[in-house]
Amino acid sequence: MAVSPRLSPETMVSTLKRLPRRLLMSEYFIFYLCLALFAVLTPFIPVIASPYNLSNLLSNTWPLFAVAIGQTFVLIIAGIDLSQGAIISFTSVIGASLIATRVDPAVFGQSPIWGKLLFENGAILAHTPLGVPVALLAMILVGLTIGFINGAIIAFARIPAFMVTLVTQMFFAALAIYFVKSENIINLPKGFTNIGADSGLLSIPLVMTVLLAVGAQFVLSRTMFGRWLYSIGTNLRASVVSGVPQRKVIILTYMFSGFCAAFASIIYSSRMEMGRPTLGAPFLLDIVGGAVIGGSSLAGGKGKVIWTFFGVLFLSLLGNALSLLNVPFFWIEIVKGSVILLAALLDVTRTRILQYNA
Amino acid sequence: MHDFILQFCEINKSFFGVKVLKNVSVDIPRGHVVGLIGENGAGKSTLMNILGGVVPFDSGKMLLDGQEYAPQNPAEAARMGIAFIHQELNLFNNLSIAENFFISDFPKLGKTPFIDPNRMRRKAQEFLEQVNLNVSPDTKVEKLSPGERQLVEVAKALSQDARIIIFDEPTTSLTARETDRLFDLIERLKSEGKTIIYISHILRDVLRLADEIVVLRDGEVVKTGKKRAFNIQTMISSMVGRYLGTLYPERTSKPGNEIALEIRHLSKAGIIHDINFSLHKGEILGIFGLMGSGRSELAQIIFGLDTHDSGEIIVNGSPRNHRTPLKSIQQNIAFVTENRREEGLLMTSTVADNMGLVALPRYLMSFAGIIRQSPLVEAIRHTVSSLHIKVSDPFKDQAKGLSGGNQQKVVLGKWLLNSPSILIVDEPTRGVDVGAKYEIYSIINEIAAKGAAVLFISSELEELLGVCDRILVMGFGEILGIFTREEFNRERILQTAFREGGQ
Repeated sequence: MAVSPRLSPETMVSTLKRLPRRLLMSEYFIFYLCLALFAVLTPFIPVIASPYNLSNLLSNTWPLFAVAIGQTFVLIIAGIDLSQGAIISFTSVIGASLIATRVDPAVFGQSPIWGKLLFENGAILAHTPLGVPVALLAMILVGLTIGFINGAIIAFARIPAFMVTLVTQMFFAALAIYFVKSENIINLPKGFTNIGADSGLLSIPLVMTVLLAVGAQFVLSRTMFGRWLYSIGTNLRASVVSGVPQRKVIILTYMFSGFCAAFASIIYSSRMEMGRPTLGAPFLLDIVGGAVIGGSSLAGGKGKVIWTFFGVLFLSLLGNALSLLNVPFFWIEIVKGSVILLAALLDVTRTRILQYNA
Repeated sequence: MHDFILQFCEINKSFFGVKVLKNVSVDIPRGHVVGLIGENGAGKSTLMNILGGVVPFDSGKMLLDGQEYAPQNPAEAARMGIAFIHQELNLFNNLSIAENFFISDFPKLGKTPFIDPNRMRRKAQEFLEQVNLNVSPDTKVEKLSPGERQLVEVAKALSQDARIIIFDEPTTSLTARETDRLFDLIERLKSEGKTIIYISHILRDVLRLADEIVVLRDGEVVKTGKKRAFNIQTMISSMVGRYLGTLYPERTSKPGNEIALEIRHLSKAGIIHDINFSLHKGEILGIFGLMGSGRSELAQIIFGLDTHDSGEIIVNGSPRNHRTPLKSIQQNIAFVTENRREEGLLMTSTVADNMGLVALPRYLMSFAGIIRQSPLVEAIRHTVSSLHIKVSDPFKDQAKGLSGGNQQKVVLGKWLLNSPSILIVDEPTRGVDVGAKYEIYSIINEIAAKGAAVLFISSELEELLGVCDRILVMGFGEILGIFTREEFNRERILQTAFREGGQ
C-alpha cells in the first residue's frame, strides 16, 4: 500500500488500527515482544538492565541458541529431536573424562570407565599438549554419531522421530549417569574452561554461536540442501518424486542436530568447569519451546534461524526476569509452559488470518 | 407442492471486493437432475457452498420449497435436506460404515448415553441396501474402493433424509464400472423424487445424466435450458465464452526413428505382466486403460518409484534396471503423477519454490551446493510466462491458491526446467477446465516437437485420440493392443480395453 505524503487524521487512525495486526503478522513479532517485555520490566527491576545482568543473560542465551538451531533444522523437515538434552549430558561426560587433570578415586573408583579413561593422576589425555582439541573433537564426533543413529533409524526403519529420539534420549542420558556414577567430573584444564569464561560481551561463545547461526541460515536460504529441507517438511512424497534424496537429507539433518547439541555442550561444560551427567536434562523445554515460539512449525516446512534466536531470547529474558523477581523455580517453569502454549496459539491465529486473506 | 424445489434469486457474493457471483438466478425443478458446468473459478463451488451453508451470500434470496432459506452453517443445511457429496470424500476412514452414518447422531439405548449397536447396524444395513452396496455396515471405510466410498456417501445422505443431493466431480476416482453403477443409482434416486445437482468437467456424463443444464461463466449464468438444447460443442463454447474450433491442438511434428525408451518383458507379480513396447523420440505414445489396468503402476516402475521383478528398462540405448526417482531425473526423465496434491506439489510453498525443486542441481555453484539465484529466478520467470501460468507473484504466492489448470502447469514447468528427454504424464488434465486442457495439450505437443519422447497415460480416450501418435491399450496388467493413428477407432479401442471379443 502506497504511503501518501500528507498524513490526514483518517489515514493516521486507520494506520494505527492496522498496527496491531501488522505487528502480529510481522516475522519480528517475537523480537518486538522481547523489547516490550524489557521496557515494561526495567522500571520494576532496574537491575535487569545492568551490564552484569545483560552479559549474564546473553551468555546463557548463546549455548541455548546453538542447540535450538539444530532443533530448528529438524523441525523444518517435520521431525523433532528429543535427544539433544541427552547429547549435551553425554558429550559433557565424554569430554571431561578425557582431560580432567585430577580424579578422586574415592568418588570414581566404582565407575565403569575407571582405569580405562579415568586414572588417579588425571584422565587419559590430561597433561598432553593436544588433549583439549582432541576432547573437543571427540565431543563433536559423539554428537554427530548419536545424530546419525537417530537419522538412520528414522530414515530407514520409518519409525516416527518422536519415538526414536525419545529412546536415544533415555539411553544416552542413562549412559552418561552410568559412566560417572552420577558424579560431576571437575578439575578441567584451563585450556578448556577458558572457552566459556566470562570475557565481557564479545566472548568466544558469542563469536562461535553467531558464526554457526550465520552459516546455518546461509545453508537454509541459499543452498540446495536448504531447499530440500523445506520441501521434505512440506510434502515428503512430492519431494521424493522430484528427486530429493530423502534418506540422506534426513540423516544429515539429525547429524547436524547432534552437532549443535555437542557444540552447546562444549560451551556449557566449559562455563560450569565440569563434566556433568545431567547437564542437558533441564533444557529440552527451552530448546523446543524457543524454536516454536520463534515461529518454526511442528508440522514442518517452516523455520528460520533468526526466528529461533528471538524465541530463545524471549524465553531467556522471561526466565531471567522472573528469577530476578525471586519467583520460585517451579513458577518460572509454569509461566514458560504457558508462554509456549501462547506461542502455539499465535501460530494458529496467524495461519488463520493468512488463509482468510488468501 | 411447488414446482421448483429450489430457487436462487439474484444471488450476489463477493470475496474481498471481487465479485464471484453476479445476480445469479437459477430454478431447480423438483425431481430432476440438473447439470452445473463451468470452468474452474466460474462460481460453481461458491454457489454450492452458499446452498450448503458453508458461506453466506451478500444479497438476493434463496427459496427452498417456496420458503425463504438462508442456512447459517452446514448442519442447518443438512437438516433442511441438502446433502453435499464432495470431490474429496468426507468420510472417517478409520471408522466403520455404520459409525460414519451416525457420527453426528448415534442411536442410543433408551435414554442412556450409550450407543445402541444393533439398531445402528440394522439402520445402516437398510441404507446400504438402498444404494445396492453389498458390504457389512461394520466394514471400516478404509477397506472400501473409491467407488464404494462414494456409494457410502450417498447412503449417508439418504440416512439424513436428503431432498437435494449435490455431486461435485463424483467420478474422478472411479472405474468405468463404478461410474456406471453410480449413474444407475442417480437415475434411481431421481425416480424416487430426489433432486440432483451434478457438477462435472466430464461433459459427456453431464449430457447423459442431466435433464437441465446450467452454465456459469465468471460468476454469471450464461445459459440454461433443457438437455436437448445442448451438445458438447455448445456446452464448451458457452463455458469458455468463445467458440473453440478444436479441442486438441494440431500435431505439427512427426515422431523420429530413434528409440528413447524401450521396455522388454517387464513384470511385477500381481501388478503388470510381460510389458513390451518402445517409445521414440518426438513421439507422443498414449496408454489407455481403465482404473486398475496397471497403467499408473507401470509409469511408477519406469520412473523408479516402485520396483519390478523381471524384465528390462532401456533408456537411450543402455539398460537401467536399478531405478530411483533421482537416477531417472539424472537421465532426464520427467514424471507428472496423477496425484497433483499428494505427489506433485508442495501446496503451501510458493510457485517458484515448486518450480525450482527438480532442476536445482543445474543451478549450483561448484562449491557446497550453493544456488545461483539469478539464473534460477530468470528460468522460473521465463517458464511462468511461456506456460501462461496465471499467478500474480510466483515468488510469493502459494501453489494451493492457484486453479487446477495452473497448478498442473506449475508441475509441468517444474519438469520443463530440467529439459526432459522423456516425459511421462499420468492423467495430466484431471480436474482441469477446458481452456487449460487445451493449453496443456499444446505444451506437451511442443515438448514432443523439440524431440522429447512423451508417454501420455489417461483414462479419457477422447484426449488420447486427440493428441497421441500411437495408443497402447492396457488392461489386467498387460498390453492388450497397440493402435497407430490411422487405426484409431473409439469402439475398437474400448472393446480391446474391456477384452470384449478377445475372451
